[in-house]
Amino acid sequence: MRSLRTAAAVALIATLTACGGATSGAGEDEPSAGAKGTVNLAINPWVGYEANAAVIAYLLEKKMGYTVEKKELKEEIAWQGFETGEVDAIVENWGHPDLKKTYIEDKKVAVEVGPTGNQGVIGWYVPQWMADKYPDITDWKSLDKYADLFKTSESKGKGQFLAGDPSFVTNDEALVSNLKLDYTVVYSGSEAAIIKAAQQASAQTKPLLFYFYEPQWLFAKEKYVRVKLPEYKDGCDADPKKVACDYPDYVLDKIASKKFADGNSPAYQLVKNFTWTNDDQNLVSDYLTNQGMSADQAAEKWVNEHEATWKPWIPAGS
Amino acid sequence: MTATVPPVLRGGRVTTPVAGAAVAPRRRGRLRTRTTAGVLVVATVIAYAVFRTDGAADDNDRAFRFFDSVRDWVDDNRDTSPLFLYGFNYARLGVRQLVDVLAAGLSGLGFAGLVAAVTALGAVLAGWRTGLLALGGFLAFGVLGLWEQSVDTLVLTLSAVVLSVLIGVPLGILAARVRWVGAALRPVLDVLQIMPTFAYLAPMTLLFLIGEPAAVIATMIYAVPATIRITALGIAEVSPTAVEAATALGSTRWQLLAKVRLPLARTTIALAVNQTIMLALSMVVITALIDAPGLGQNIVSALQRVNVGAAFDAGLAIVILAVVLDRITTNAARRTRVHRTDRQRRLRLIGAGVALVVVAVASLVTVDAGDLPTYSFAAPVNDLVGWIELHWYDVTEGLKNGVSAGVLDPLETVLVTTPWWLFVAAVAAFGTLISGRRAALIAALAAAGPAALGLWQHTMQTLATVLVAIVITMVIGVAVGVFCARHDRLATGVRPLLDAAQTMPSFVYLLPAVALFGASRFTAIVAAVIFAVPPVVRLVERGLRDVPPAVVEAALSAGSTPRQLLWKVQLPMARGGLLLAANQGIVMVLAMVVVGGLVGAGALGYDVVAGFSQRELFGEGLAAGLAIVLLGILLDRLTQGFHDSKGPRT
Repeated sequence: MRSLRTAAAVALIATLTACGGATSGAGEDEPSAGAKGTVNLAINPWVGYEANAAVIAYLLEKKMGYTVEKKELKEEIAWQGFETGEVDAIVENWGHPDLKKTYIEDKKVAVEVGPTGNQGVIGWYVPQWMADKYPDITDWKSLDKYADLFKTSESKGKGQFLAGDPSFVTNDEALVSNLKLDYTVVYSGSEAAIIKAAQQASAQTKPLLFYFYEPQWLFAKEKYVRVKLPEYKDGCDADPKKVACDYPDYVLDKIASKKFADGNSPAYQLVKNFTWTNDDQNLVSDYLTNQGMSADQAAEKWVNEHEATWKPWIPAGS
Repeated sequence: MTATVPPVLRGGRVTTPVAGAAVAPRRRGRLRTRTTAGVLVVATVIAYAVFRTDGAADDNDRAFRFFDSVRDWVDDNRDTSPLFLYGFNYARLGVRQLVDVLAAGLSGLGFAGLVAAVTALGAVLAGWRTGLLALGGFLAFGVLGLWEQSVDTLVLTLSAVVLSVLIGVPLGILAARVRWVGAALRPVLDVLQIMPTFAYLAPMTLLFLIGEPAAVIATMIYAVPATIRITALGIAEVSPTAVEAATALGSTRWQLLAKVRLPLARTTIALAVNQTIMLALSMVVITALIDAPGLGQNIVSALQRVNVGAAFDAGLAIVILAVVLDRITTNAARRTRVHRTDRQRRLRLIGAGVALVVVAVASLVTVDAGDLPTYSFAAPVNDLVGWIELHWYDVTEGLKNGVSAGVLDPLETVLVTTPWWLFVAAVAAFGTLISGRRAALIAALAAAGPAALGLWQHTMQTLATVLVAIVITMVIGVAVGVFCARHDRLATGVRPLLDAAQTMPSFVYLLPAVALFGASRFTAIVAAVIFAVPPVVRLVERGLRDVPPAVVEAALSAGSTPRQLLWKVQLPMARGGLLLAANQGIVMVLAMVVVGGLVGAGALGYDVVAGFSQRELFGEGLAAGLAIVLLGILLDRLTQGFHDSKGPRT
């Protein structure tokens, strides 16, 4: 009797294994960008990224005949998309060594596609008028002295440090606690909210200490001064809880899903060839933010005026 | 929004408020309760004064690490463990196919075809007026320039509704017919309905990754409790006489179900479908955060760019979709009640045939949604917001700082510096007094949970925000409710506004709040108040209107002034309705305050947001989601005890 049951169980398992089960990538559209197919671009939530994506999408659609799906996703969620096939490419990646390890080395679902040509800077900033009025404020050691200036309804009696979207690359909470600063990190929720606060701080001479980054169109309009944190040294940010140094400089790069890269379609080659300067990106960002243009309009304007830059990106024979 | 035959609340909770049943005051009991309450308050205050802590940050991250290790295990075994290979991954695959089929069907019809199909469906099922409404509504998507997004949202909503009905209706029948199934389901459904939408996005991505399948499953879980509850109600309400008669005629159990119970309950089941659709729609939008396509994406991107106008267009499209689907299903449900003659039936068949032909022809017409004239409200709305920002800056800023410094901060300090065991003891003691021993025990356990999760501080901060928001909500809600109950014309005028407000997904309310108040806890409070006031108004109004006219008459003839009538007669007698409103309001406020984590409200909401946007914070996010659920259970048990454990008390 027992042997019969065992046999039945074995048979059942055998059948199931024969079926193979379903892997996490099962059921996705197979070659994600075959001959003139659809390219899925992740759109991370800051305007510089959008500028990259706008131009790439415009070229893919208008010059090469692809369809582009843009997906509003936060950074880490976009990486998950490589695994499921929801995302073909991320076109401005800020470091993320941990994600690279997980998705490129361990899971092998993504690959690096080289730099975008943009230099990334992240730091703590104050408006120019504060640096003029309190010259030593740009050194982190004297920040505590001025904490009172930065008090708000949200800062729990300490100074407020205004951060951005919780999904951005930040060490701010660790920095505040490890440098023993008398500040509270308050998340504004988005790039737009930081920019608005920064503009108000300049226009109405209000105190503000905030997380900001380059490339950033706002620097062309207003002056902000970076606060010096303890100097960055290799590996000083290895443990995210113990960081007590400034942010490194970032070489922004592009990431693609393994499938998209292996297909080696003209679309992939365009993404691979894409590189431009911070000025290029800031120009398109400015179109998008301040000139009220849609992504397509902004890209069209830039593409029409910069043929020499983008011509070489288009792969031969397409 | 719905023709509520049985009172169905948001989340499909079915309740019968005990309004106006309060009569004989039990004087001695009341006195004793008051004394006990007084003693408890004094004891709590003294205990707080003695034992208050310095509110140091939590440093217990065992729970976080545990959840992180769960995530790592899932990540490593997603393509090897049988649980995933034969379980979750197949579910994912199946749902994806369902979505694909529906999407192919709807987009296969084309713009003209789909518009014609919806119009025809409305006209045949629910009458020509509804048909016209559907026509106007779907054309409006094109005019707003949101056609594709609207169709995507519709596809996801329908997929979730199909699943909910397939799972929910049988479960509902079982729950009504088999005692232990009903008993076992009740607590599960309770928890599901208290759970803020936000809390289960992270677990969904863990099991089903991102994309449409995860979105549809999350939506289904959110909507299915309503399907189950209302179906069960409908089956349980079938008249025993009819069942008796059928049994006497020798029906078998299956015949009883198929020929008597289901047909008699079909109006209520149609209502269940209607509620499921409404709930699914509000959830589908939030799943944009885990890569669901559709109108939610527009709202997420508007939120990121603080572009109120863009969100207004998308929000409007959602409301239109909700109104169209609601009218079609409610009117269709109403029609199921009408008995039809053969002639009417034949006419209907002919109508359906004609409609089918029209749809078939229309689907061949190649009109593009892009060909319609477009109009966007973005520019005027943004201008208005800009104007308010500029001219009311001092008012909004003053309001925010005043409430934050004057009310929120002191309350938060008290809660945060209370040792957790004292809080749990206080919950247990007051809970017993208000809601009875059982509810108090559950509430106390729920209160202890966050301490075990290492999220005590954050939970108390969130609680402080919730409490402030619920007080404001109740003040506004009761005032407006009283007004509406007394002025019929005002009530008729306000109703469509309340309808629209209730169909908007919680998400949409963040935008105006964030534009006016920046990123702060007060922003979340404002959004929560806007979100929770409409149902509170409704429940208060109904509670007041349910006060028996004879009592009102008696009070008037005894010479009560209108003010006396309100304070001494109507409000005390509508107590059941008011407390039910408080209970509903508090659950909704919690849901919104948590979403406020997206715009600087901090605490648990932020932990959840950060959890699914930063890998190293995943565990903390999942723990925070759990803490939110516990907080919801705590608040719900404490307030639900008011109105249904003991009935009205004086």
